[in-house]
Amino acid sequence: MSTYFLCLILFCVGLYAILRKRNIIKMIIGIVICEYAINLFLILFGYKMNGRSPLYSPDQQILDMVDPLPQAMAMTAIVISLATTALLVGIAIRIYEKYGTFDITKINKLKG
Amino acid sequence: MNQNNGMSLIVKTITRLLVGFILLYGIYIVLHGHISPGGGFAGGFIIALSYILLMLAFGKEEILRKVPQPMISFLESLGALMFLTIAVLGFFGGYFFSNWLPKGIPFKLLSAGTIPISNVALALLEVSLGLFGIFLVLVLLKFTPPKKEK
Amino acid sequence: MQFIPLLVILPLGAAFFISLAGKNKNKLCDIFSVIITFFLFALSLFFVFTTHNYTGALVYKVGGWGMPGGITLVLDGLSIFMLTIVNFIAFMVNIFSVNYMNRFSAKDKFYALFMLMVGGMNGVVITGDIFNLFVFYEIASIASYALVAFGTEKEELEASLKYTIIGVVGSLCILLAIAFLYAYTSTLNMANIASAIAQNGINSVIAFVSVLFIAGFGIKSAIVPFHAWLPDAHPAAPAPISAMLSGIFIKSLGIYTLCRIFYNVFGMNSGISQLFMFLGALSIIVGGLLALGQNDIKRLLGYSSVSQVGYIILGLGIGSPLAITGALLHLFNHSAFKSLLFLNSGAIEYATGTRDLEKLGGLRTKMPTTSATSLAASMSISGIPPFAGFFSKLLIIAACIKSGYVGYGILAIVGAILTISYILKFQKYTFFGQLKEINKNIREVPIFMKSSMIALSIICIFGAVLMMPKIADYFLKPAQESLTRGMKYSDLVTQALYEK
Repeated sequence: MSTYFLCLILFCVGLYAILRKRNIIKMIIGIVICEYAINLFLILFGYKMNGRSPLYSPDQQILDMVDPLPQAMAMTAIVISLATTALLVGIAIRIYEKYGTFDITKINKLKG
Repeated sequence: MNQNNGMSLIVKTITRLLVGFILLYGIYIVLHGHISPGGGFAGGFIIALSYILLMLAFGKEEILRKVPQPMISFLESLGALMFLTIAVLGFFGGYFFSNWLPKGIPFKLLSAGTIPISNVALALLEVSLGLFGIFLVLVLLKFTPPKKEK
Repeated sequence: MQFIPLLVILPLGAAFFISLAGKNKNKLCDIFSVIITFFLFALSLFFVFTTHNYTGALVYKVGGWGMPGGITLVLDGLSIFMLTIVNFIAFMVNIFSVNYMNRFSAKDKFYALFMLMVGGMNGVVITGDIFNLFVFYEIASIASYALVAFGTEKEELEASLKYTIIGVVGSLCILLAIAFLYAYTSTLNMANIASAIAQNGINSVIAFVSVLFIAGFGIKSAIVPFHAWLPDAHPAAPAPISAMLSGIFIKSLGIYTLCRIFYNVFGMNSGISQLFMFLGALSIIVGGLLALGQNDIKRLLGYSSVSQVGYIILGLGIGSPLAITGALLHLFNHSAFKSLLFLNSGAIEYATGTRDLEKLGGLRTKMPTTSATSLAASMSISGIPPFAGFFSKLLIIAACIKSGYVGYGILAIVGAILTISYILKFQKYTFFGQLKEINKNIREVPIFMKSSMIALSIICIFGAVLMMPKIADYFLKPAQESLTRGMKYSDLVTQALYEK
């Protein structure tokens, strides 16, 4: 049970970074931390105590395997987060080029 | 080979020794994806890391002379189209994405129908070149230092 | 039946093909993408006409794998309704962007991203698997994040950054919700989840998951506490993309998913229904008030989208058949008139180079087609009787009063008055009044832009035809029935799967 709370704490750390930090790069790192927390959560609830990895092998019957589906979900989520992070970093580089700063309080062309 | 590009001689020599093994390991993981842990994405990632290692060690000019950036995007789209084609060919088996090739004997290298082919299309072209392309595009973004506003 | 996966294959394949072969070949990209979107539209019309007298759902097993393990594609009344809207608007916007996107370089990249977005939206609408829904949702979202930043100027980048960060937090909520749902029901298929929840009843896990889903999908559908990205992202995107975002993106990714999950998977209960009604009424009033104060055309229209989406959510919250019919009709009408208004704003920007209401005026004489089509859309959005928008708003307000929510009915009427006032402001400052000196030499927009605007304005005028008894059987009634059917969705899908 305590591992799930550690996931929650990790998620909150990421959320803190997204909401509270002013530097765009730190916000992106916050998003990545949040994604890791959720991936960790996915893997953790699929795990069972002393379970084997979910692989068939030619000569033995495996009965107590961990759930493989959350692992596939975490994998897909990692691919998606890769795409999002790459896009965010690209936008951040472009913003630095135009504005000369990573500080979101100084990037305020849009109002209302 | 120009001595001034890239990193120091030690890094270059070690990279030259290592990169072949990394690439080989990636290809091994891709080809054995259907019978052991790993598969298209993991293997493709390792292959992409070998490219990135080469580029870090030898500098981007050296790599771009051999493989220009448009060609990487081209091959990446080709990989995606190949994957889609394999999925569409599944209509031969009655359903989209169905595994219509003969399955073969389990735990042999040539088995499991279309899965190894999709793995290869996914890894060698889509994931590896996609990751490398992302890295390259982020490196190559034309960067003009911003003017100081007073 | 065999054609269902084509709805996803075609746009995705087109996206990869365009990025493969379309470099510096603008003509090829134009022709190819118009053919693809037209074919998608024809395919969805084919589904409308072949399935109207069939009360069940069509189920397609991807890869031949069955229900608990494999991914299924489910096509019922609501899916077909959304598909037709999505593909119709995508077709119109594609025709419009043949001329409009010549202002930008890299037209091939625009079309590739556009096709990815259409493919993602079609996928969200037809999938029957909740994790697959998330994947398509992300495909469409990432394409839209990139398309908002397409101009790569200061405003565009800032808007795209804001939109991306808010959107990513929303998708994290959805992923977390799906993780909880899988841990609770140990299946990912929506029909199986529905039957598992029907057996176990509503408890605290489902309540928590509901809150996460409302936050996640509410961000995409821009209902009021989550609307902050919309008025920035819509003006920053190129006009065809604003039309896509406002016309169908927020509906297929926000409202459709909310409907599907809360009506068909979780089952509507009074708490969720009260929450929907409250959020809807809040959106109507806040969006309308904020729209009044804007001077940028697209920003005004963006806030107006927030307000009009409020009507749909209000109608869905009431939940009686009349209210659902009204909400779905309003969804259809809103996608027609709001896309048309955004395309008009694009035409104005194309001709004059500005979107500032104070620099415009008197364009009626110079741009007759734009002015006339925009008048049709404005009449429709503000609810002038013979136009389509009147009937949908009337249905929603009547349903409010009939179900005993008189207060919400009055708020909806106030919202309609606010709509008229900001639309009058838009019309007066743009098309009527004195022509400014700098705009003396402008000309009407090219033929493709005109033709798509005219086609959309015809829909705006005659949209109410959908309510006619015979025609409603084809289009509106199956969609409404698939929502009022509620939790029977799971029986229907299971039955369709084992029937053949």
